[in-house]
Amino acid sequence: MPHIALPESQPGIRGAMAFRPETARPLNDLVEVLLRSPNSLSPGERELIATYVSYLNDCHYCQSIHGAIAAAHLGGDEELVRRVKADFQYAAISPKLKALLVIAGKVQRGGKHVTAEDVANARSLGATDVEIHDTVLIAAAFCMYNRYVDGLATVQPRDEAMYRERGKMVARDGYVNVSKTYLPAEPVER
Amino acid sequence: MAYIALHEDLPGISGAFAFRPETAKPMRELAHVLLHEPNSLTPGERELIATYVSSQNDCYFCQTSHGAAAASHLGGDDVVRRVKSDFESAPVSAKLKALLAIAAKVQRDGKLVTTQDVERARSEGASDVEIHDTVLIAAAFCMYNRYVDGLDTWQPRDQSMYAQMGKHLAEHGYLKSSR
Repeated sequence: MPHIALPESQPGIRGAMAFRPETARPLNDLVEVLLRSPNSLSPGERELIATYVSYLNDCHYCQSIHGAIAAAHLGGDEELVRRVKADFQYAAISPKLKALLVIAGKVQRGGKHVTAEDVANARSLGATDVEIHDTVLIAAAFCMYNRYVDGLATVQPRDEAMYRERGKMVARDGYVNVSKTYLPAEPVER
Repeated sequence: MAYIALHEDLPGISGAFAFRPETAKPMRELAHVLLHEPNSLTPGERELIATYVSSQNDCYFCQTSHGAAAASHLGGDDVVRRVKSDFESAPVSAKLKALLAIAAKVQRDGKLVTTQDVERARSEGASDVEIHDTVLIAAAFCMYNRYVDGLDTWQPRDQSMYAQMGKHLAEHGYLKSSR
């Protein structure tokens, strides 16, 4: 049971966001820019970074839903998502994305773990400054979203079909659009 | 020098915000709601939570700037120092101590927060919104701290700059740059 009175019909971060729409809006706007807005990294690549960090943080809800969104972007390739989580160095992804995942893994432990060599390696494989910036911020942001979801003890169903369906919907419609289905139209007065 | 080409005269998160305004906007809005907008927890109390988490994450820029904002709200930095070194013995309310204990758990891992931690906060008078906001402030600073350190931003050791920044943040909030 959640630590506070969250709407019971909404699992994971959705329950927390419906509880506090004032913070939900910037949280959704941020994830929309980081994972969906046009970028030289594809939405699938960026969802893989989010999934990997959520896996390292052991957040069941976030790694399942973002893994499902990643798979939806990647032609339904759930096996690739599993391989990135298990050992991305052996997954069928670009060397550039592997170098960015190394940086994301360091950020997950603490920003100061990232070294100049990690960044030089990503750059030598073609990563731009914006891609390096966004990788650091995606990893940092998921250290927030994961703690938010787990810290309130939100409901995190063990239902793969639910995540798969939801993943397709978010991949198709985006975070901000989907949030309109569970957030009130106007901020509630407290 | 930062790992990517950030504006050289903008310290800490300001340089990263200027580099990528698209992400700066929601990040500023989030901090503004969490730390500055009206709330049953005072801005000073919420800045203390942000400062404490940033200190646990060892982020110099964030703990110093938010510590300065807290000091500006609270009229001095003695309580800020004491909260960072041992909040259980600091001159803050029993409710804020219970919330800081929750924030400390979130800083390590959200799953460490127990029903007992939440019961303690509630028995000291904390509302559900206050518990929610404490969890999200702690979680958000696990983001801001990693962002500032992960890009190796410029973090000057200039106390007067932070004092000025803290005063500006305390008065105006987070929506616009203080520089």
